[in-house]
Amino acid sequence: MSKKYNILAIDDEQVIIDSIVKLCSAEGWQVDSASDAILGLKKLERKNYDLIICDIMMPDMDGFQFLEETQSKNIRTPVIITTGYSTVENAVKSMNSGAIDYLAKPFSVEELISIVQRGLNYGKIMEASSNLSISMMHFIPCPAKYYRFGYSTWVNVEADGSLKIGVTDLFLRTINNISQIELFNPEEEIIQGNVYARIETNDQLIHSILSPITGKIIRQNQSILSDFNLLQKDPYFKGWMYTIIPSDLEYELNHLTPCSSDRL
Amino acid sequence: MLKKIGFKLTLGVGIITVLIIGVYAYVNIRSQNEVLLAEVERHANQLSETIKKGTRFDMLANRREHLYNIINTIGEEPSIQEIRVFNKLGEIIYSTREEDIGKMLDKKAESCYACHTADKPLERLSINERTRIYRHHPDSSRVLGIINPIYNESSCWEADCHAHSEEQAVLGVLDITMSLKDADKQIQRSEINIVIFTIIAIIGISLIIGFLVKKWVDNPVEEMVRATQHIASGNLHYNIKSQRDDELGLLAKSFNIMTQKLAEARLQLFQSDKMASLGRLAAGVAHEINNPLTGVLTYSSFLLKRTEGNQEFQEDLKVIVREAKRSREIVKSLLDFARQSVPKKNKADISRIIDNSISVVENQLSINNIQVEKKYDKNLPLIELDSNQLQQVFVNLLVNASDAIGKEGGTIVISTSLIQLSPIGVIHIKKALCPKGHNLMDNEIKIAGKPSIKLKIAMGNSKDMIFLDPVYGENRHHYDFHFKNNDNIQFLCPTCDRSLIKENQKCPKCGSNIYSLDIPSQGNFEGCTNVSCNWQQWEEIDKEGKKDYLEIKVIDTGCGISQENSSKIFDPFFSTKGQKGTGLGLAVTWGIIDNHDGTIKVESEIGKGTVFTIRLPIQQNRVS
Repeated sequence: MSKKYNILAIDDEQVIIDSIVKLCSAEGWQVDSASDAILGLKKLERKNYDLIICDIMMPDMDGFQFLEETQSKNIRTPVIITTGYSTVENAVKSMNSGAIDYLAKPFSVEELISIVQRGLNYGKIMEASSNLSISMMHFIPCPAKYYRFGYSTWVNVEADGSLKIGVTDLFLRTINNISQIELFNPEEEIIQGNVYARIETNDQLIHSILSPITGKIIRQNQSILSDFNLLQKDPYFKGWMYTIIPSDLEYELNHLTPCSSDRL
Repeated sequence: MLKKIGFKLTLGVGIITVLIIGVYAYVNIRSQNEVLLAEVERHANQLSETIKKGTRFDMLANRREHLYNIINTIGEEPSIQEIRVFNKLGEIIYSTREEDIGKMLDKKAESCYACHTADKPLERLSINERTRIYRHHPDSSRVLGIINPIYNESSCWEADCHAHSEEQAVLGVLDITMSLKDADKQIQRSEINIVIFTIIAIIGISLIIGFLVKKWVDNPVEEMVRATQHIASGNLHYNIKSQRDDELGLLAKSFNIMTQKLAEARLQLFQSDKMASLGRLAAGVAHEINNPLTGVLTYSSFLLKRTEGNQEFQEDLKVIVREAKRSREIVKSLLDFARQSVPKKNKADISRIIDNSISVVENQLSINNIQVEKKYDKNLPLIELDSNQLQQVFVNLLVNASDAIGKEGGTIVISTSLIQLSPIGVIHIKKALCPKGHNLMDNEIKIAGKPSIKLKIAMGNSKDMIFLDPVYGENRHHYDFHFKNNDNIQFLCPTCDRSLIKENQKCPKCGSNIYSLDIPSQGNFEGCTNVSCNWQQWEEIDKEGKKDYLEIKVIDTGCGISQENSSKIFDPFFSTKGQKGTGLGLAVTWGIIDNHDGTIKVESEIGKGTVFTIRLPIQQNRVS
């Protein structure tokens, strides 16, 4: 990691800023900080950052308002939301409000590093793809009738009412080569906004993936466990991860983005 | 003592007894007196007739000595005081008392006035007119005198002595005075008897009334007072052990039912309050703890990474990281507990949710040798609920049941059925308006966890607020002024002061005025302005009749829950599982059911098993 990245950490708790600064510095990234969202917005006016890590609960302006502000000011810098009030609702709301990822406090070194790594890569890919037509993009967007949760996972409603879920090509491009995939077992419950799979990459990072939907797993895709290439080559069809029976699809669809909207 | 019912009743009955016996005694003594006097009178009359007839011959023969002897002999009779004979001029011809002989009587004197009052002597007198009762001295005993006129007859003027002329009607008078001492004594004795009888009757009746009142009124009332004191001091599980079937027995039974309902309501209310405040606390604590915990976890995991190769450090740091992660899980469960706010409801099939839940815990159940018996009602409608939350509830109950049964094996029965409950005490008002459309709901004052209905009260010049219980028929209103039952009380909209009193209609129960609230799309809610009357009517709801509820029972054959614990099992952090449990499972369960407007209760017997009963309304209240 020779290139210096600029990360902006916004949190009213000094220990969180200290941790992020310390851990990211060890990775060779440069971290700037702001003790509240308004200060953060001011810093954003003066300087460009590659990634923002922002807390939810802060005085004067909370993380969601901050997200709105950045969007209204057309700031394209990806935002990772973090919070001590680490509920599923907050995770879902963050993704729905335009954050690229959600980091529950307290987090370990590995969790922080993997999510920041992905965030930085995401920024790079998006920047490179901006102003390009779909076919020229540096990633394959999900099929039009699919739904996506944030940028990383997708859901497709099958003809029989069951769901297929998996990860997006964009997500796979933000991580290194897969060295191991850890899936949940059939019969287990997964919950929207909670971890539903872990992917270990050859840079020793473990990437936790948040489930796009709630339901019971009825099948897992055994073939991707033995052939990681399948996942990377065809993430939307042969590279599916689970078939699930949704428990409340109608409600949870509100938190998902139709992939057709990416193609406008 | 003076205020006791027993005393008042005894006093009342005593007075009535005295009155009745008094009147009876008065009438009785009077009639006895009359009978006795009539008897004495008759006796005296007969005696004087006897003397008159007995001496007739002597008179005609003018044998005075002989005549006086007869009179003297008869006059020796102890009851006879005096026998006198007067001539028509009032001169005492003869008397048993010798000193009176020869005296002249004034015609106005005691024995004469009966005939001589009108100056002209009467010639025929009835027996009553001939009798007189008087006393010689004020303190001597009474005497009865009877005069018997001696009429002129042909034999009298034809007699040899020629003492009487033919023109005379009355020749003289025979006067007998008799003592009434014996008769008076008898009358007095019966008077004393009646007084003694009256006193004994009053004492006897009082004792019997006292005893019965003690047995039928005092004892049960004392028991009731004791019960209310227990309730007042917070012991809502106190029961009146009364097997009586009179009115007080009914009161006791209804009192027991009331306290039982009160206890249930208090438990529910207590739980919702506790849950709400605990939820806020948990959320705050979780947020506050997670920040410092981030410091611990990041720094320790960072150190762990940096000291790779240093075995000694690694071991210790791993403990810190592990324990920090454990703390994270604990805080997470706290947050899960705190965030069961608004359920995400959709039409769902309860049988499928239960089946899903069973499949989640299937492994644990089969390891413990537990049979699950499903007794589903096949005709259940779909019901609006949050499937995820409900599944959490059943998984919780199943895990608990499995833990209660243990490794020995046993059975869990899950049954579902449709039941009907009356709207009274169940349905509650979610929105109420005044005739001008002002909202009457008050979120500040909550009754049993639900927003109350705020109304303005005007009584004369004083104004105050009343907060009505939104639950139909419960009447747990909040107000802190003295309620007088008067017709001038006004119920007003607190915003526009418009009267809510319904014209031309009175409470069918107590006759007071009634108020009427507009419930959007659910008609009108009416109630009695006399707050102690409790009359309420909600026609729209009454018309719908009983409401359908879904009842789900989870019955296990486990170790059971003690009476002491069963009141605490829904409390957050109460656990009998030691290290294994967080004590949040049933608290979360309770919260979820409460958020679905349902109820959950537990019945258990140590060693036999436990039944959890959940009731969910099929039709959601239309106004939200």
